[in-house]
Amino acid sequence: MSKSIKNISIASHENQDMDGIQKLGVTLGLLGLFIMTLALFNVSFPNKGLWLAGSIFAIFTGIIVYANRTYLNQPEGIKNNGIWHKDLTNRGSWAWMTGIILTSFYIVLYWYPQYLGLNQDGGKSTGIVGFFDPLSYILNGKPASQWFVYGTLYTIAILGLGYKFILKYRHNKYQLIRTISVMFFQLGFAFLIPEILEKLNPEKAYFTKDLKNMWPLNYYFFNDWNLKGMLEGGNLGLFMLFFGIAMIFIISPILTYFYGKRWYCSWVCGCGGLAETAGDSFRHLSNKTDTVWKIERWMIHSVLVFSFVMTIAVIFTFLSNNPEMSFITKDHFIWGIVAFLLVFTGALYLFKRKDLDKDAVFTMLSLVAIIIISLLINYFSGNQNILFIDSNSLREWYGFAIGAAFSGIVGVGFYPILGNRVWCRFGCPMAAILGLQQRLFSKFRITTNGGQCISCGNCSTYCEMGIDVRSYAQKGENIVRSSCVGCGICAAVCPRGVLKLENDTPAGRINSNEILLGNDVDLMDLINQK
Amino acid sequence: MEHIVIIGNGIAGVTLAQHIRKKSDSKITIVSSETEFFFSRTALMYVFMGHMKWEHTQPYENDFWKKNKIELLQGLITAVVPNLKEIILENNTKLTYDKLVLATGSKPNKYGWPGQDLQGVTGLYHKRDLEALENWAPTTKRAVIVGGGLIGIELAEMLRSRNIAVTFLVREKSFWDGVLPFGESQMINRHILEHHIDLRLDTNMVEILSDEKGHARAIVTDKGETIECEIVGLTAGVSPNIDFLKDSGIELGKGVKVNRFLETNIKDIYAIGDCAEQHEAIDLRRPIEAVWYTGRMMGEALAQTLTGTRTAYKPGHWFNSAKFLDIEYQTYGWVWAAAKENEEHFYWEHQSGKKAIRISFDKKDRTFLGINTFGIRLRHEFFDKVLTNKETVDYVMKNLAKANFDPEFFKSHEKEIQKQFSSHFVGVNTI
Repeated sequence: MSKSIKNISIASHENQDMDGIQKLGVTLGLLGLFIMTLALFNVSFPNKGLWLAGSIFAIFTGIIVYANRTYLNQPEGIKNNGIWHKDLTNRGSWAWMTGIILTSFYIVLYWYPQYLGLNQDGGKSTGIVGFFDPLSYILNGKPASQWFVYGTLYTIAILGLGYKFILKYRHNKYQLIRTISVMFFQLGFAFLIPEILEKLNPEKAYFTKDLKNMWPLNYYFFNDWNLKGMLEGGNLGLFMLFFGIAMIFIISPILTYFYGKRWYCSWVCGCGGLAETAGDSFRHLSNKTDTVWKIERWMIHSVLVFSFVMTIAVIFTFLSNNPEMSFITKDHFIWGIVAFLLVFTGALYLFKRKDLDKDAVFTMLSLVAIIIISLLINYFSGNQNILFIDSNSLREWYGFAIGAAFSGIVGVGFYPILGNRVWCRFGCPMAAILGLQQRLFSKFRITTNGGQCISCGNCSTYCEMGIDVRSYAQKGENIVRSSCVGCGICAAVCPRGVLKLENDTPAGRINSNEILLGNDVDLMDLINQK
Repeated sequence: MEHIVIIGNGIAGVTLAQHIRKKSDSKITIVSSETEFFFSRTALMYVFMGHMKWEHTQPYENDFWKKNKIELLQGLITAVVPNLKEIILENNTKLTYDKLVLATGSKPNKYGWPGQDLQGVTGLYHKRDLEALENWAPTTKRAVIVGGGLIGIELAEMLRSRNIAVTFLVREKSFWDGVLPFGESQMINRHILEHHIDLRLDTNMVEILSDEKGHARAIVTDKGETIECEIVGLTAGVSPNIDFLKDSGIELGKGVKVNRFLETNIKDIYAIGDCAEQHEAIDLRRPIEAVWYTGRMMGEALAQTLTGTRTAYKPGHWFNSAKFLDIEYQTYGWVWAAAKENEEHFYWEHQSGKKAIRISFDKKDRTFLGINTFGIRLRHEFFDKVLTNKETVDYVMKNLAKANFDPEFFKSHEKEIQKQFSSHFVGVNTI
């Protein structure tokens, strides 16, 4: 670490703090990326397979060398020294450059894949897409697409930087197991299994094969091409369809009841996986003000309504156009949705009225809005037109605005500027639903340890979801917030052992004390019982 | 409308103001010369180390005070005039009060060392200390810290985070051994060395030498050694910050003398937090408690009195916490550095040398008296109940798992601890 923090020069004073071995690690990693960049600019390598393997190997080796040197030659413990002094992690010029490069990559990936070398006329791809062909043939038997390149890089990022994260928090077994979990789900469920299943079923039309990628995060699950793909995709397709629906209505609610939404958001989810590993260095950049919390409520619930309406519209159109493929008619469908949501929100209102915080109220109002819109859809729509809007264009707009722009470009591209959970906090409709359940029907909470809080603010600073953890801890109040993804970093950085993630009986989970433990017992009784 | 003036915007004063506001509409003014807004003093170190920015040390957003109608006034108070019920600020403006609360905190001790006011010499207490350290750090190769307590080790950690060599002079034979028993103190000694801090036990500073510009250039120890350094950290404890009260007529000892109701000898003037001194210590506590938690508790208690329910300050069972570099420490109840006559100590240390537990209990009836825990988090609520119910050490041993507050999946050491305990203290004493 530099002794001076005034240096903000672009000539990385951060590098000045690295020793030879750390520099070697960074160099190796950059070399791997450089080879890929050369491929992007159409340098044709003779033995593509070897060069690709070499570049991936260089990236992994670089990260391993750097991480080992950085973390293993000092005692175990919290490693946040200099975070706010470093250019890259304090929105300096390196941060902006990284942000711009990531953002540009996403723009090209989503909208101009030809610049990555994708041949859209079915011919042989060039550039970085072509560069990944050898790996793609091995895994799925087809030439690489831009999505294959993306998936591979994504997986490399989670595995490599997951390793770094594990060393950084090696004293903390919760972090260790959680990180191995996200690495496992990314490598197996999101990357290898779908690719291999693709290879085993080459003749079938493409449909989603990532078991853990749930609707509504996976917004195209109910899109007509995916539904058709699954319905016509033999046993595997039907399994995917039923498993996907079971995830939404059975598996997820049960797991969320027992463990809170963390079982998904910080243990399984791919977006969460990237945020927790590659994004860890930026977790402290999330904004903690009340104003931004307000914005969060509006945004995430707008996306929630948008995603529901889009999905309902798409299924509605699908059922109108393909009545022969389903035993449910579009009338059944709409009334089914309305009945389900009515019972659901009605029951919530009846039994949980008192426990609703603002987040939960917003989610409930969103669900009511969806009911009304669904009814309107049924009475004022033709087959293709949903409330005078073409359902296809609604779907495309969702894909464009939410799927690409929000979750990718802003969500990941802005890591170094806005923090690593922008998408999860402001946009993810899945997080909104799991959050409602976490708030109202779950055993999960972060318990505070009596009167031990010293209001230092480490917990709030390092909360990636922008929760002002300290504001609860210093009142001795458990943290039961919709948005908490249960990453456990607040508990890790707390210097006084005040916070603990727990699953316990729902009774007494939401508490509030004016006088903290440790003071006069009579005074506590007098004031806290009111 | 009644005007309550609070001098000092630390945890005691701010807790008081908030609790008054919950129950009453009185006009509240908090006066401070240090910062405009309340910040957490315990977080100063994290700002220097780059874990946080200054704004993160502020537990409330800046508009909080206006929203709660708590007026903030920046200024240094030079005198209190109880007869006129007014205080006088540095620029000679006067402020009248109906009730006055002194919550002025502490200042670092300086024991008259030659050179103690040189440039490069500082305590670690105020925001300005942090700013000074920030200024000096870039040109500092070595720092010497004088005083082996909680603040000394924090300052050492801070300076090490910027790769500054640190020599740590500790007067005692082992780190903080006035409070920590031998085993724990030795453990922390080792951990200090592991962090490449040059620990000098049983060593005092005699004087600080100056360069030609009035900046510290070296210190001399009582062993006759001269150590070159650019920063000297004075962390030999704190004492109440009450100099401006000398001629006020308020009864002073080391601090502002108060009774159990936190009232001074003058009606309508109260004192809380670090600067308050009890006429007689409460239970086994010290008359002056310069601890975050007690400051908060006094604020909570006095707020009741000032809103019409006269309430004594009656703290519950003693607890405290700290972090020594990477090793967390919590304590519940009383564990003395040396066991008293009626006490027995049980000590367990993990083979890693970074986790330990010590339990003090009554020799005769085995009542649990207190626990020190290092590297293992324990539940405050559990031990508060144990102390209230006067449970035995055997009860605590049996329920050790319930007391644990470590994060999920952490390795538990209960079995090992219980085994060692029963081999030492069961059988021997009960048969």
